[in-house]
Amino acid sequence: MIKIQNARKWYAEEVKIGPLNIEIPKAGITSLIGPNGAGKSTTLLMIGRLLHMDEGQITVANMDVSTTKSNDLAKVLTILRQENHFVTRLTVRQLVGFGRFPYSKGRLTREDEKIISKYIDFFELTELEHRFLDELSGGQRQRAYVAMVLCQETEYVLLDEPLNNLDIARAVQMMEHLRRAAEEFGRTIVVVLHDINFAAKYSDRICAMKHGQIAAFGSVREIMKPELLSDIFETKIEIIEGPYGPIAIY
Amino acid sequence: MSTLESQPTAHGGIDASLRNSRSTSAFRSGRDARRYWMILSICLGVGILATVGLIFYNNPVPVDSPSFMPVVKRRLVAVVAMFIAALCHSFATVTFQSVTGNRIITPSLLGYESLYSFIQTSIMFVFGASALVNFSGIGAFFIQVGLMITLSLILFGWLLSGKYGNLHLMLLIGIIIGTGLNSVSGFMRRMLAPSEFDLLQSRLIGSVTNADSEYFPFVIPLVLLTVLCLFLMSNRLNVLSLGRDVATTFGVRYQANIIFILILVAVLMATTTSLLGPLTFFGFLVAMLSYQAAPTFDHRYIFPMAFAIGYGVLTTAYFLLYHVFGSQTVVGVIIELFGGLAFLIVILRKRSL
Repeated sequence: MIKIQNARKWYAEEVKIGPLNIEIPKAGITSLIGPNGAGKSTTLLMIGRLLHMDEGQITVANMDVSTTKSNDLAKVLTILRQENHFVTRLTVRQLVGFGRFPYSKGRLTREDEKIISKYIDFFELTELEHRFLDELSGGQRQRAYVAMVLCQETEYVLLDEPLNNLDIARAVQMMEHLRRAAEEFGRTIVVVLHDINFAAKYSDRICAMKHGQIAAFGSVREIMKPELLSDIFETKIEIIEGPYGPIAIY
Repeated sequence: MSTLESQPTAHGGIDASLRNSRSTSAFRSGRDARRYWMILSICLGVGILATVGLIFYNNPVPVDSPSFMPVVKRRLVAVVAMFIAALCHSFATVTFQSVTGNRIITPSLLGYESLYSFIQTSIMFVFGASALVNFSGIGAFFIQVGLMITLSLILFGWLLSGKYGNLHLMLLIGIIIGTGLNSVSGFMRRMLAPSEFDLLQSRLIGSVTNADSEYFPFVIPLVLLTVLCLFLMSNRLNVLSLGRDVATTFGVRYQANIIFILILVAVLMATTTSLLGPLTFFGFLVAMLSYQAAPTFDHRYIFPMAFAIGYGVLTTAYFLLYHVFGSQTVVGVIIELFGGLAFLIVILRKRSL
């Protein structure tokens, strides 16, 4: 369980995130949605201890993210940011192999190699594993980054806009992979999404944010309501019933 | 996707064996690894050849003469100085570029060399030429090293450990301090008498002839220990070079590690600058060449290559200086000539940095 208590980050007098109070249950996919600047990424980064919070407490699996040893947290929690740029040239396999660092400290065992292969195969990167990242398409590269954090085999996986810059096919493929990862490997995945319909189709819970506050948190059906969404996005949004559940029209 | 997948070998010869064994190697292919070892042996070979040449070639006294060994010993001092310079500059620059995530900067940006020239110039300016000549020996050496390390400790401690700790802000402040010190020393130098200026200038250009073997018993263990420490941290450096966020995600304590590593860099830069004087572009060129020769992320392979290239370049440059060009040119000029040419060739071939 991810438990956020009174967490706040004040960027400036007008830009305040929090205080946030929320409990994200274990297992499944939880989507963070909301307009730009609502504090979705800030919340995710604070959970992932990449951003220092000004006040409050966040615990992941009963570990306080500000006080627990970083290496212990790295075995429970992982986070992938939106932009990843490395100064060195890495092959897909080397990149995914870095995910084993919390365990092996860089000395990969045979067991590690097996796990690396497993996630490379899972993300259909087998043929590309010795390609350098700059030789891949955007979708392939994004899959490699997600493979890297999943290879860390943590119970909690936080992803900041993993569908950014992906076309519809790649985005669907990515969400299918995440869905399978949540189910087959029993991961708890928290993901920042911009597309409400992707959130509705693939997640178990949706957390909607607005103006640095949590506006609503609940199951897909509880959040996919026209008044609620219209209010959050300040746009007229209608909900119709599609073959796979509610669909937002805007 | 299928069109890309159908031609994997076209992208740089991936070995079939490597593909089947499915293990993670520091090199993309066996071919890259073989190329690495070949270049490493060539550089070491050139370095050893130039070392032997520097020590024995054109010795003015015959081998059986009693003064043969003293000549060799005197030349050995210069070779040891080159060894230290190559170790310090290669390790410091590669490490610094990795932790800052930037491959076109050098640790000189933190202002060590400006501080060195500031210390030398202000001694000359305030106390006169005799004081500068007397400002040598172990005490003076360690005062200088200590001052430089203190400067960097203040810089790192102040700018890196705070809540708003920021590596780029630190670099910017380092550049400003360096430029400020340079202007002050430049001002003081203008007020010196020409003879004093000449004496000072010889100290301010990096040269192995500045090295004094009196320091070696302290400097060599210090440098070797620091370098060993960095080498043993290779795995951690590999992760740190992925940047703050990724390193934190993998459980590396970023801030603490960066400060520790930058202190090690400071020790290396301060030692070599105090021993030999500033060699601003040497480390930069060595690091750039070694990334070309060692196409891997793994510092365990980059470090030896950087050292081998650095040592090879230095010894060859000095050998050419002494025995081909008749010691009329400053070695810095030669290093910059060849380094600059290599830089241009690399950029023209890659068409990017």
